[in-house]
Amino acid sequence: MSAESGSVRNRFEEALADRDVALTRTTPAAFEATLQAVVTEPVVGTPLPFGDVSLPEWVDDEPTPATLEAATTGVTAASFGIADYGSVVLPSTPEGSEPVSLFPELHVPVLHERDLVADMPTAIERLGPELRDGGSAIVATGPSATADMGALVEGAHGPNAVHVVFLETDGDGE
Amino acid sequence: MSGGTRERKADHIRYLLETEGDAVEANTLGFNEGRYESVADLENYEALKSEARAIKEDAIERLPELIDELTETVEANGGTVYLADDAADANRYIREIADENDAERLVKSKSMTSEELEVNEALKADGVDVVETDLGEWVLQVADEAPSHLVAPAIHKSEDEIARLFNEQFEPDEPLETAEELTTFARDRLGALIVDADIGMTGANFITADSGSLMLVTSEGNARKTAVVPDTHVAVAGVEKIVPSVEDLAPFIELIGRSGTGQDITSYVSLLTPPVDSPVVDFDESDVALADRDDDRDFHLVLIDNGRMAMREDDHLRETLYCIRCSACANTCGNFQSVGGHAFGGETYTGGIATGWEAGVHGQESAAEFNDLCTGCSRCVEACPVEIDIPWINTVVRDRINREGDDGRFEFVYDELVPDEEDTGSIDPQKRLFGNYETLAKLGSATAPVSNWLADLGPVRSVLERTVGIDRRRSLPAFERETLVDWFESRGPRVSAADAEREAVLYPDTYTNYIDVDRGKAAVRVLEAMDVHVRVPAVGESGRAPLSQGMIATADTKASRVYAGLAEHLDAGRDVVVIEPSDLAMFHSEYEKFLPEASFERLREGSYEILEYVYGCLENGANGARLRTGDDGPDVAYHSHCQQRTMGVDRYTRAVFETLDYDVLESDVECCGMAGSFGYKQEYYELSMDVGDRLAEQFTEPEAQDRLVVASGTSCEDQLEDVLERDAVHPVEVLDPRSRLR
Ligand code: SF4
Repeated sequence: MSAESGSVRNRFEEALADRDVALTRTTPAAFEATLQAVVTEPVVGTPLPFGDVSLPEWVDDEPTPATLEAATTGVTAASFGIADYGSVVLPSTPEGSEPVSLFPELHVPVLHERDLVADMPTAIERLGPELRDGGSAIVATGPSATADMGALVEGAHGPNAVHVVFLETDGDGE
Repeated sequence: MSGGTRERKADHIRYLLETEGDAVEANTLGFNEGRYESVADLENYEALKSEARAIKEDAIERLPELIDELTETVEANGGTVYLADDAADANRYIREIADENDAERLVKSKSMTSEELEVNEALKADGVDVVETDLGEWVLQVADEAPSHLVAPAIHKSEDEIARLFNEQFEPDEPLETAEELTTFARDRLGALIVDADIGMTGANFITADSGSLMLVTSEGNARKTAVVPDTHVAVAGVEKIVPSVEDLAPFIELIGRSGTGQDITSYVSLLTPPVDSPVVDFDESDVALADRDDDRDFHLVLIDNGRMAMREDDHLRETLYCIRCSACANTCGNFQSVGGHAFGGETYTGGIATGWEAGVHGQESAAEFNDLCTGCSRCVEACPVEIDIPWINTVVRDRINREGDDGRFEFVYDELVPDEEDTGSIDPQKRLFGNYETLAKLGSATAPVSNWLADLGPVRSVLERTVGIDRRRSLPAFERETLVDWFESRGPRVSAADAEREAVLYPDTYTNYIDVDRGKAAVRVLEAMDVHVRVPAVGESGRAPLSQGMIATADTKASRVYAGLAEHLDAGRDVVVIEPSDLAMFHSEYEKFLPEASFERLREGSYEILEYVYGCLENGANGARLRTGDDGPDVAYHSHCQQRTMGVDRYTRAVFETLDYDVLESDVECCGMAGSFGYKQEYYELSMDVGDRLAEQFTEPEAQDRLVVASGTSCEDQLEDVLERDAVHPVEVLDPRSRLR
């Protein structure tokens, strides 16, 4: 599947670049250092559901309204990415992934490479059972933006920047 | 419409052109251009549109069943569904929710449906502080104005105006200037109001019956906050927003942003299945970890009928319910681009499809206000992601308005002039005049040149303006004494049927036959140069003129007569060649509604736009050197016709010019603004000229100003002549072997 997934990954990266969204590739071993380089303190986050990595100690993973409001960066897991659009799909969780991805100025979605899908129909097909099971998700593409004040401005009610951390499994990438 | 009403209308339009026109134009042109670019990236654009259309058709067909299914799903999820008959019913229910929650503040994300309900006013009367959180809506709330666009409600306001408004209203320490500063100011202010709110109200772009999920399409993130921060969520949505399943959303997600603001996708597509799992963000308990909360969220889905179930039963308005309110039809509309939604809209909705919405939810009077601004140019038809025939809805509503009331104010002489099939005396005299243009042209031609001298006289123009509202600033077409049909009858064909490669019938449209006979003669010579045996039978007007005035019965009768006049030729294997694109568009599209299917297909398959036909002849071996070529012909500035482009036949004109080595510069404006009778009407003259100015600007650029102006449509030629004060001709007049045009 390498050729296929390679091209899907390229498409994802190109789509992000088109929107000026940064992406940093990393591995489970280098995850903490990568994250450190990407975020601006204070950082809040919600637990990552990937077996091979978890949030570093220095991320407040039990945010309260007060720490949420004070945070500059929010780190949350993306349940998958959509290559054609450079979108990440953000699940709503009881731990508060939705506000954590929304309130701070910088949102850092962590996307596992196995969770990258090619296109919108595939993404929605995946979401079907989850929504029917009562779940909610946001298809997020780039930072929040508005053109309502007479010109395009990035950073409206949500983050003004998004930086995707892309987790590759060790030994992959051929 | 009386003279006074026309003047008031003209004043209102002039005021909006001056105050809001520039901002509206800049924004809509940007959206429209973005749409073209963004859909060009979609390989399967047409297939996606058809898929989207099919989903909507099916959903509206099964609507009662889907409402039941959705209600069960939402209730099983722990929410409540209320099906409101009308606005009053919905507002009563929403006020009860506010009351039960002792709500002091309700924050809202953008929802046109809530504007339709006027729920803000209803809640305010109960002392609830209602805050719009979409920045555009908030600007309007502060300014106390109505939205002027379905998607970008404050599109008519510039950065400067918003800065002035905020500086006056809020007196910030440092005056605000830039869009960044304004955005930061608004975000901070609204952010504080959101975290303090008791209820969040959203709309929904789509609702899925199988999961009870709302899809919200936004960019700012305010809808996300509105839905999730307070513990009570009220969603208001028209019943037509329901689709069967989550999987049905995919094509709409791909189409809605591209069609509207020209973005591949907006920042956030929320897919919420309320009550959601997210913790409430409660600053009264600001030190309690979000993860430790045990919230009992409240969710109310208020589904609005308010006329929609009746629209569903109405064969013509039903299509309106497929509308996903993307705004493409507004952005692509020449008139909308100039004047915006404060003229081109009713009580709530704006743009081309607003006619359907207003007629359905607020009643015909609300649609009547602006319905005439649709000129039927049809550019919106291909832009619409659910393939709605928006001009047809406008025509039907116009027809219904025509039939309403009966004040019997018509003079006998006038009735002679307007021998139409309409069965009521209540149609505006102006509409009847233009609708019966063929009769007028016949009379004008028979009495030319006296009719032309008369028409040029000041007193006559003033009477025309006063009685039927023909603007005196507009030059009137001059009638020819010898019609094209008469000319051809005495001249006869120059290529005999025996020697011919093909046989064609040149359709003598009213304009070519009575007014611009020269382009008809040029067309005959061009066809003959291609070894075509030509006939010009006396076939009448296509019905376009009455149809554009909403006189459907008259158009229907004309369609049958035209078909009767052409049937024998079609059966004999002769091709029908049409000069005027708006008439060809009748044959190819509207006739489907007037003729039996077999007749419609027969004519559609057998009729061609003249340059399309020339292209075909050249492709099949005709000798292009027998036409005038680019070698000795002029450089050309070309404007194709709106309906010609919608039919996709404009490419043939381009191809023929290219094959014959012409140097061509082409306009990219959607419509010339004249649109048949529209530009003659006193109330719309200035708007028409404003739309025409966009075209004029392109053709007065240094690289265009010395070129011969060429246009495929009659109205476009007239408009170009008026705005440029240069002659404009049809492409066949350039190709005519006898042409000396430079
Ligand atoms: S009618 Fe079509 S183009 Fe117009 S707003 Fe509705 S969906 Fe969009």
